[in-house]
Amino acid sequence: MTSGQEIVPNDPHDRSEGSSVSDAERWGTLIGGGAMVLLGLRQGSLRGALTALAGGGLIYRGVTAQTGIQDKLGMNDSIRVEKTVTISNKSPEELYQFWRNFENLPRFMKHLKHVSVTNDKRSHWIATAPMGASVEWDAEIINEQENRLIAWASVEGADIDNSGFVRFQPAPGNRGTEVKVVIEYNPPGGAVTATLAKLFGEEPKQQVGDDLRRFKMLMEAGEIATTEGQPSGRK
Amino acid sequence: MKAVCWHGANDVRVETVPDPKILNPRDAIIKITSTAICGSDLHIYDGYIPTMQPGDIIGHEFMGEVVEVGSGVGNLKVGDRVVVPSTIGCGHCNYCKHDQWSLCDNSNPNAFMEEALFGHVTSAIYGYSHLFGGYAGAQAEYIRVPFADVGVVKVPKDLSDEQLLFISDAIPTGYMGAELCDIQPGDTVAVWGCGAVGQFAMISAYLLGAERVIAIDRFPERLEMAHKYAKAEVINYEEVDAGEALKEMTGGRGPDCCIDAVGLEAHGMGVEGFYDKAKQAVRLETDRAHVLRQMMVACRKGGTLSIMGVYSGFIDKLPFGAAFNKGLTFRMGQMHGQKYMNMLLERVLNGELDPSFVVTHRLPLDEAKYGYEIFKNKNDKCIKVVLKP
Repeated sequence: MTSGQEIVPNDPHDRSEGSSVSDAERWGTLIGGGAMVLLGLRQGSLRGALTALAGGGLIYRGVTAQTGIQDKLGMNDSIRVEKTVTISNKSPEELYQFWRNFENLPRFMKHLKHVSVTNDKRSHWIATAPMGASVEWDAEIINEQENRLIAWASVEGADIDNSGFVRFQPAPGNRGTEVKVVIEYNPPGGAVTATLAKLFGEEPKQQVGDDLRRFKMLMEAGEIATTEGQPSGRK
Repeated sequence: MKAVCWHGANDVRVETVPDPKILNPRDAIIKITSTAICGSDLHIYDGYIPTMQPGDIIGHEFMGEVVEVGSGVGNLKVGDRVVVPSTIGCGHCNYCKHDQWSLCDNSNPNAFMEEALFGHVTSAIYGYSHLFGGYAGAQAEYIRVPFADVGVVKVPKDLSDEQLLFISDAIPTGYMGAELCDIQPGDTVAVWGCGAVGQFAMISAYLLGAERVIAIDRFPERLEMAHKYAKAEVINYEEVDAGEALKEMTGGRGPDCCIDAVGLEAHGMGVEGFYDKAKQAVRLETDRAHVLRQMMVACRKGGTLSIMGVYSGFIDKLPFGAAFNKGLTFRMGQMHGQKYMNMLLERVLNGELDPSFVVTHRLPLDEAKYGYEIFKNKNDKCIKVVLKP
């Protein structure tokens, strides 16, 4: 199912956010290949991998520094989610263009209240939390391949430290475009999933899955199926 | 408006609820003129379909008149008379585009529930639990129809509701059951269950070239209907062993194709029947599989089983060795109404098919509770109830 090349070797060097060309190649294969990304990422952080892919710490020093500290403190309690859907009637280009305008994202990401684009790399995100609260963060694009990949990481001061990527690639035999989202959350103080669920009101894995499904509905059917507001005999 | 609301096993009530409104651009609102109680509604009535919530409006076989359309619906206008398929398809996903509408990717807002149970999501169905989308059902005065720009079939005004209503669900279900048999010249098709779907499966089997059709049930009035209208030979399984009778009637070969038009509440005989009922009662088994077992043993070697009766969960004690060693083919699924409805309407219009014979009871919506009771208990020779809102 997976070629050996797509699985990250156990060599301790490879779990660092090292900047060697071979590291970047390996991460590139992992992120761009057909294997399950999180399986290849059992060790090391997604943030580190994405940064390595972008050319080591050179592009995004802040992120690598932070990851290094986390690793040293053993705060590796990150929550990782990987979800993929196939969208049958849109090309990678079309989907990338829609997604790349981040201000479109609240249309299908249920918990996202607002995204404002600050400049070509940076954007500000506001998500709803239970009890009328909200969480905010700034994110920067740390790697981007046009019509194919957008990788981001939150910057210092985020309410929820998060990083991830979305990848668009053609499915075989005209089956459309496969859209894969991989996200890593690092809740403050190495919190467990339950804390994050409390923050979003939903388990992160289901939330990402539901959001991707709504993206598919919006792209394929032009609207998001709903029953909210329909009648029932409930008192 | 008035609507039939489910409040628990054997508890349906006609209640006043808010009118439906347009929620998405591709929605339409239909004023319902006729709506049937389907055999599969009895699974809900009896409490065997999970994820129902008290207050849910039920029903999925209906027709009526368009009273409002959303901004994305260009093919319908107010006043159009329409029949609507019971499964909801978006029309644009890979499955809808390949005419597998009941496998639609995009119509079920509760996809996560089905994914957890079945691995993937299938199409939503009106009034058929939250697992299947949680859409308000059709036993009501009005209904919201999503994706109304695809699949909804306009019908002429000069035919009666009863000639058209079953194009919504029962006829395409029966037709698909026969089509999945891939009937060859000389084939004998055995149909378990002589409710409306079974009757239409029999008629469809002949339309698709079957040599003989054999109907299996235990209610004399249903067998009589199968004989009279569907031209089937009949077996009453309370009088004879259906498996043996089928073998004797087919030169010892067994039927070439077997259609299950019964589903998860099959009524078994003897020890096996008690076994299933007991396990289902304590929820160790969700679906009673008597018909499936009998079909697997009765079918000829290399034959086809076509399963149209509804199953929703787990079944026990399937004679899989029989199926494997006899090289049987299993085909099944919720019907792809949108694929068949125009063709079936043509057959009704040219007089080839008059489905109205299945209707035994016509009741006002207010009497839905009574309708469910007589349909469930087969009182008053009840075979099909049509409610008139």
